[in-house]
Amino acid sequence: MKSKISICFSILLLSLFSCAQNKNEVKKTTSKISYEVVVSELDNPWGFTFLPDNSMLITEKEGKLIHFKNNTKTEISGLPEIYVRGQGGLLDIAIHPNYKDNGWIYFSYASPKGEGKGGNTAIMRAKIKENTLIEKQVLYKATPNTTKGQHFGSRIVFDTNGYLFFTIGERGNRNSNPQDLTRDGGKVYRLHDDGTIPEDNPFVNTTGAKTAIYSYGHRNPQGMELHPVTKAIWTHEHGPRGGDEINIIKPGLNYGWPVITYGKNYSGTTITDETAREGMEQPLHYWVPSIAPSGMAFIASDNYGNWKGNLLVGSLKFNYLHLCILKDNTVIKEERLLENIGRVRSVEAGPDGYIYVGVEDLGIIKLKRD
Amino acid sequence: MKLNGIIILLCIALLMSCNSEKKETNSNAAASKEFASGKQIYDDFCISCHMSNGKGVPSAFPPLDNSDYLKNKRTASIRAIKYGLKGEITVNGKTYNSAMAKQGLSNEEIADVMNYITNSWTNENKLLITVDEVSKVQP
Repeated sequence: MKSKISICFSILLLSLFSCAQNKNEVKKTTSKISYEVVVSELDNPWGFTFLPDNSMLITEKEGKLIHFKNNTKTEISGLPEIYVRGQGGLLDIAIHPNYKDNGWIYFSYASPKGEGKGGNTAIMRAKIKENTLIEKQVLYKATPNTTKGQHFGSRIVFDTNGYLFFTIGERGNRNSNPQDLTRDGGKVYRLHDDGTIPEDNPFVNTTGAKTAIYSYGHRNPQGMELHPVTKAIWTHEHGPRGGDEINIIKPGLNYGWPVITYGKNYSGTTITDETAREGMEQPLHYWVPSIAPSGMAFIASDNYGNWKGNLLVGSLKFNYLHLCILKDNTVIKEERLLENIGRVRSVEAGPDGYIYVGVEDLGIIKLKRD
Repeated sequence: MKLNGIIILLCIALLMSCNSEKKETNSNAAASKEFASGKQIYDDFCISCHMSNGKGVPSAFPPLDNSDYLKNKRTASIRAIKYGLKGEITVNGKTYNSAMAKQGLSNEEIADVMNYITNSWTNENKLLITVDEVSKVQP
């Protein structure tokens, strides 16, 4: 009798654990952290970047570009037409590695330009003169336009060789876009800084392929960052219901969406039974349930003690900052920071080595560990 | 022996509870046929926060199913979809403070999605929302 009961309790315990499919148990951090609001009163700081004078350029999704200097916000005028619908709007922003010499800024946005109703992700570069955008050049515009409200991707990163990387999500068309190299969407792209296609891009010799494509089979990557030591391109992407992923991006590879995924449809129905297939990459890490990741940054300074080398990811869904403790490119431990802070949209490492976090309806905060 | 049986039942129930998400799906099949274009909008713009069962996410996103706000504040609900919503609201006695961004929907799409959500799950609304009604709602 006793042994039967203990077996039952073991099953009970097992069944409890089987609900939590995270590889690591995610706990509230025991470290003492605090924050300071650096930029207040922002609605949705989708992206931000630091200029050499330590001032900031901030994008508001609704279509405002803000220069924040000496505690003052100045709106930059002359933006292109922006398609503000669903998840689309003015999105990420980055500066050229040689910004000091050439003044180029790069930003992503949902654009209605071109044929057909709706919009799709575009990348523009421009310079700022007297608080106005000048010398505007559209470097990339995904096609076709669609009135779908989802999955614009849009993170922008330069690597150490000066290549421009950006992401475009599958625009709510998972059956057509992510696995088709002749179509935009569900891809990571690579261009030269002037928008031309690098000769050694992986699909330059593939008939009909969009030659800017660098990797494919993505759903909606809203986090991308250069690893501070290895200089590899890391991304994360939203899964559907479950199946958010972290990936290291390598040229020409297929990251599997929607053929393989750890997620389900929002309704709970199955997308596929397959979580792995030959020729498709496994994520470095995945989340079930989804945390809805947006923004990412590595801790590269000594400002956070033994957190150096770890990864921070914003959670839109659960209103906190997710700390991934890394060892040999594996997430070995996870902690929740800044619980209930609000929807975390963007995360950047500042020139001072501190982590700055863009939070919806709050602003941009500076993270401190005491 | 009885205790044993109860524990086994409990185990089974717990195991099944992991998949409870699946049960909530098919009840709105009838409504989805009638309000297909509204459902399309819902699936594209609303579902990731308000969920397929219309129950939202506790303390983050309010429910639409059996929601006193949606039922009693028809114009405020249209206004929220049309212009976005900020600040605290109370739904079924619970307060919510996540902002909802303006989605950029046309008046027709707003009418469609309102008719879908007010006639889905356990909701019922015989007085359908018209495009004209939506067009008259001010910020």
